[in-house]
Amino acid sequence: METPPYNYAIVRSFVTWSVIWGLVAVLVGVIVSFQMIEPALNFPPYLTFGRLRPIHTNAGIYGWGVGVIFATFYYIVQRLCKTPIWSVKLAKFQLWFFNATIIASAVTLLLGYTTSKEYHEMEWPIDVMVVILWVAFAINIIMTIIKRQEEQMYISLWYMLAAIVGVAILYLVNSAAMPVSLFKSYSAYAGTNDANVHWWFGHNAVAMALTAPPLAMFYYFLPKTTGVPIYSHRLSIIAFWSLIFMYLWTGAHHLLWTPVPDWIQTLAMAFSVMLIAPSWGSVFNGYLSMNGQWQQMRDNYLVKYLILGITFYGLQTLQGPMQAIRTFSAFIHYTDWVPAHIHMGTMGWVSMIAFASIYYLVPYIYGKRVYSIPLANLQFWLILVGQLTWSISLWVAGVLQAGMWNAMNPDGSLTYTFMETMVEMYPYWWIRAAGGLIYFAGLLVFIYNLVMTVRQGEPVATAATATEGRG
Amino acid sequence: MWEKRPILLLILATAAILVGTTITMVLPFAWVNTEADRIEGVIPYTALQQEGRDLYIREGCNNCHSQTVRPLVAEVLRYGDYSKSGEFVYDRPFLWGSKRTGPDLARLGGKYPDSWHYKHMASPRAMVPRTNMPDYDWLSENPIDPAMIQRKMEVLGFPYTAEEIKALNGKNEMDAMVAYMQKLGSDIPWRKTGATAIVGELKNPYAGVPHAQLEEWEELYYENCAACHGAHHEGEIGPELIGANYEENQLFEIIYNGIPDGGMPPFNALGTDKVWKLTNVIKYYGQGEGHP
Repeated sequence: METPPYNYAIVRSFVTWSVIWGLVAVLVGVIVSFQMIEPALNFPPYLTFGRLRPIHTNAGIYGWGVGVIFATFYYIVQRLCKTPIWSVKLAKFQLWFFNATIIASAVTLLLGYTTSKEYHEMEWPIDVMVVILWVAFAINIIMTIIKRQEEQMYISLWYMLAAIVGVAILYLVNSAAMPVSLFKSYSAYAGTNDANVHWWFGHNAVAMALTAPPLAMFYYFLPKTTGVPIYSHRLSIIAFWSLIFMYLWTGAHHLLWTPVPDWIQTLAMAFSVMLIAPSWGSVFNGYLSMNGQWQQMRDNYLVKYLILGITFYGLQTLQGPMQAIRTFSAFIHYTDWVPAHIHMGTMGWVSMIAFASIYYLVPYIYGKRVYSIPLANLQFWLILVGQLTWSISLWVAGVLQAGMWNAMNPDGSLTYTFMETMVEMYPYWWIRAAGGLIYFAGLLVFIYNLVMTVRQGEPVATAATATEGRG
Repeated sequence: MWEKRPILLLILATAAILVGTTITMVLPFAWVNTEADRIEGVIPYTALQQEGRDLYIREGCNNCHSQTVRPLVAEVLRYGDYSKSGEFVYDRPFLWGSKRTGPDLARLGGKYPDSWHYKHMASPRAMVPRTNMPDYDWLSENPIDPAMIQRKMEVLGFPYTAEEIKALNGKNEMDAMVAYMQKLGSDIPWRKTGATAIVGELKNPYAGVPHAQLEEWEELYYENCAACHGAHHEGEIGPELIGANYEENQLFEIIYNGIPDGGMPPFNALGTDKVWKLTNVIKYYGQGEGHP
């Protein structure tokens, strides 16, 4: 059969830029981790922890995370629909507008133009840019799907479509604001309402940007890599619909014990626990697909990335619901445990899948074999050890801190002052920063491997032989 | 069937997303910030306070400080009365935060005198030796813009007077920040109603301890009191302690509960035992006996 003329150039560009923004995100992350230990590393007014931390999170989510989504979705949608991208022009516009948006975000955040809303800090003009960007992306993906040559839409396309509509709704509602000037606006909602709307956004941005799209990648790249299909189609249907239905109820688990009405908190808690089922539906679907194929964990480095990635997804979606239970939240919320949780998701789950996807794509988009599989293995161990060091140190720190905050003397008075609890954190913050450095080293290995692939990689004759990642 | 129809899939997915959204995000608007939430005494920010709030946002203070006290025993003891919905009706955006690298600030207003805040913002380590908070001394070099602040008040619909705006001339960002700090959580009179009542007779458990023992406990004074009362009890932000002749029970209560509304913060978070030790140290050296 004749292969349609797929456009891989746009995929290549998005890969390049997402990796650049990923490097920025991790580098700034390492910097702020040292600022927490040594306040003299803050250089006001621009380079302070308070201004840099949102750059770290937004570069990670929107630069690296969403950049990889754009890259992989443009590849996957063409292959699954057996048709080229609907509009290359629109995709090229989207690429440059994406970079303009990320740069504008970084610059305005450095200048202190922020709404303060976590993971949505950018001021209203950038919200407008994001909307334009997302509409361009949505049109291109939906139109490509509509003119597809394959009747059945594969699982990845469901997650893609849900993510497109989900992000659109969340972002629009949470952006509502009253502008004062080009660089300052006030939220359209006040106080408790604002908090509830914001965490409905915040938690579901994780669902629609950092869960559904990596699942789309996982469901596509795992069978492609192993050569065997997903274990159960029925299970993936159940997991998909229950996931996108249940997620939206859970935002208020970020607001347990706050003035948000109790019944919203209780619903959020219940649905968070129920979410274990659809999350683990996908985890088991991945594991069971490996039946009779587990030797590939040894033979194929891509499988190692994908299976470890889905394993961290499984752990993340057990730990998350645990934190969403009132009693546990009362103990652990506001401590260093929480960033440890987030980083298992971002460094473990999302980035593992992203790295695997990019390695898989390399032969197709560059026409060359990956330069060094030993280096890819080295990277695997660096990011795994880096992430575990990061998360485990802060889980321990979080429990210690929570214990000290709650400690009481026999007569009912508090045992420790706040500062007595804070100084206990310093050793753990050192270990965390070391974990971040190890992860950063892993990322540098990745970039070196990509650069060397482009420069010196062995050309592949046909795409069919391209992805045998034996090594 | 939906697996073959992208538009149908989009519609179904939107419907699935909107169910939870409507119930947990849209519906609450019928309950929250309504008359039932209203608390008498909660008033909008003044022009200077609102500017301070915007600076708090600009500098990303919310990345390290939360602003909600949860109704949990240890939390109420540490920070003060738990937060109520009606206290936040003028907050755009909300600033509850999600991480306490530093302490919660929801009840900060009136805890310290203004002079403490000026000194602490400029150089946190001068007051709290091992804190990791960056210095914000540079805020006092930046003037604030009265015309812009007036515009902000209009957009927010907050009441202001021409004199109030005029009075902003000559003020700097540090003044605005401190004004905001002093407003936090102080619209309800919780400091008066929430002070720990001491039940029964107070009894100094360390009455008549030897001098050597007091010297050991002096460390507590340096950690908690010296920043305001001076290393040699000579006073600075707080009054001189030499010659201050308090009854020991009275002194214990002042340290434990503080002096409401900007006098002195409570030190109940130290626990009763340490507060008694401090009481004895201060009482002893306050007599001016043999202390360098």
